[in-house]
Amino acid sequence: MLSLEVLTMAGRVALDIGRPLEAVAIGSQGAGAAGILSSYGVSTLHVADDPRLAEYAPVAWAHAIAELADQVNAEIVIGTASDRGGEVMAHVGARMQVPLAANCTEIAPGDPFIVIRQRWGGSLLEEAHIKARVKLLTLAPHALTAEASPSRTDVTTRAFTPALDDRDFRVRLVPQVEADTGKISLAQARVVVGGGRGVGSAEGFASLEELADLLGGAVGCSRAVTSLGWRPHSDQVDQTGTRIAPDLYIACGISGAIQHMVGCRAAKHILAINTDPAAPIVAQADYAVIGDVQKVLTAVNAEIKRVKAGAPSRTPA
Amino acid sequence: MNVLVGIKRVPATAGQITLTPDGQEIDTRYLGFTVSPHEECAVEEAVRLIEKHGGSSTVLTLGPEAAIDQLREAMALGIERAMLLETDGREWDPVATAAAMVEAIEAERAAGRTYDVVMFGNESADSAGYQVGVRVADALDLPCVTGIKALEVTNGHATVRRQTESGWEVADVPLPAVLTVKEGINLPRYPSLPGRLKAKKKEIERSTPQWQDGGLEKIRLKLPVQVGHTVEILGKDGDPGVQVVELFQRLRLL
Ligand SMILES: Cc1cc2nc3c(=O)[nH]c(=O)nc-3n(C[C@H](O)[C@H](O)[C@H](O)COP(=O)(O)OP(=O)(O)OC[C@H]3O[C@@H](n4cnc5c(N)ncnc54)[C@H](O)[C@@H]3O)c2cc1C
Repeated sequence: MLSLEVLTMAGRVALDIGRPLEAVAIGSQGAGAAGILSSYGVSTLHVADDPRLAEYAPVAWAHAIAELADQVNAEIVIGTASDRGGEVMAHVGARMQVPLAANCTEIAPGDPFIVIRQRWGGSLLEEAHIKARVKLLTLAPHALTAEASPSRTDVTTRAFTPALDDRDFRVRLVPQVEADTGKISLAQARVVVGGGRGVGSAEGFASLEELADLLGGAVGCSRAVTSLGWRPHSDQVDQTGTRIAPDLYIACGISGAIQHMVGCRAAKHILAINTDPAAPIVAQADYAVIGDVQKVLTAVNAEIKRVKAGAPSRTPA
Repeated sequence: MNVLVGIKRVPATAGQITLTPDGQEIDTRYLGFTVSPHEECAVEEAVRLIEKHGGSSTVLTLGPEAAIDQLREAMALGIERAMLLETDGREWDPVATAAAMVEAIEAERAAGRTYDVVMFGNESADSAGYQVGVRVADALDLPCVTGIKALEVTNGHATVRRQTESGWEVADVPLPAVLTVKEGINLPRYPSLPGRLKAKKKEIERSTPQWQDGGLEKIRLKLPVQVGHTVEILGKDGDPGVQVVELFQRLRLL
């Protein structure tokens, strides 16, 4: 859960309230982080020392953090809003009986203690006050740019043994590494061809598959398409499915609902293909073709094949 | 086995969000309401568990009286009982929400109704606190796994899987347990007409918990600043194929 963004934010907040910045490492690889931490103003690295912590056990990890927070009299505890980070911090909140503000983008310590946090996957922001003896929050990804400080601190590494009992290990999550299917994953693809209800049918995705193949990309879809059973949920791009960050996202027959845009707004460029020039996706795209998906894609795929066939510098199609 | 599902009523937002003038709420004058997507899947999963193992299912929500619509949606899919923890429309933060739910579950237990599986969504679509399930589990001293995308129940144990960036994580937990669900665990069925009719006639068990200050106070909502940009329309005149392929070349994708 080492996040340079969290370290950057935590460093700024610590400076603001005039308290030292301390870090906690849990699990086997944690102690190795001291080198990096010295560039982010960390004074002490606390390493939770219990061989059982090597595996991911959310409650045990949380109880270790809660115990340390009390021990060092922490005023603020910041974690990352990743799946694990969010889960552990929720358990820390439950254990310490204090509120947790999830997915914050800004923090203004003081009285009141103000945070800005994300709702609707960031399509809406909430200004909130945290009222508690210890302020717990998770930082939303990309809330700021990580920035190492030019000077380095001496990081004191200190082991501590949290008081954990067997019940804290009732839930352990064991990784299962998936066999590499050779398919380009949505999250990593340079080009994603996304299809919405406007594609018309499950069969209609053939032209999107073809375009993705021609460009070496992957096919994605909107929630409407998953609900209709046209594509599996693993293709869904959005707030609840996969978030993508390709060089180009080609949104075909997708209206551009806020929840869908949460999933694709990290794309460098968006090309929308839609019959409706007033569809929200068109206003948010960089490029758009106003027209029927199937007609446009037929023309595009034919042109790619023509260009590929005619370009001697490329491998013949 | 007995299954309890916690759901939330949320506005069915689509193209854009508009706020009320005081910045306190989403302007829902022109919007419908729905069950948060993860919880829709939790409801479906509960119905499947009962179909497979027998037993009874209950749906629980904390919200305004109008949230009865969402309870009925869940019952139309096959959930038997519904409980409304009625609020006066104020927003309850995750600490307060979890506390009210724990109180309701304890009252159920006192009345002789215990649950083997308590399910929630991983996070609600609107306020997205990512913690109600965890807090309920902690208060009831139950094991908890969040964000599950597969569930198998055998001999008083649940084997659950959840997705990570590099594959899956697996856990085996003894029941009773709290599980929070992510969309994709199943494809929820559409309610049948008889299911809807039956749900309409069912009684909703209502109680009114005491509002409490959980320590996270919403001050106001605001829309993120939109960076203005322009869209270039391709294929207005001429073959869209040619212009789109030119774009691919410009972006060095071909
Ligand atoms: C609480 C909540 C959470 C949600 N979460 C998500 C989420 O995580 N992800 C998500 O995707 N959605 C989510 N949704 C649903 C979302 O609001 C939209 O309903 C959904 O994204 C719409 O999918 P769509 O764009 O495919 O379909 P539509 O909105 O129906 O849009 C279809 C588009 O296709 C165009 N079109 C039609 N025919 C053609 C044609 N022949 N050629 C070209 N264009 C055509 C139309 O002009 C239209 O713009 C959520 C909704 C709610 C209420």
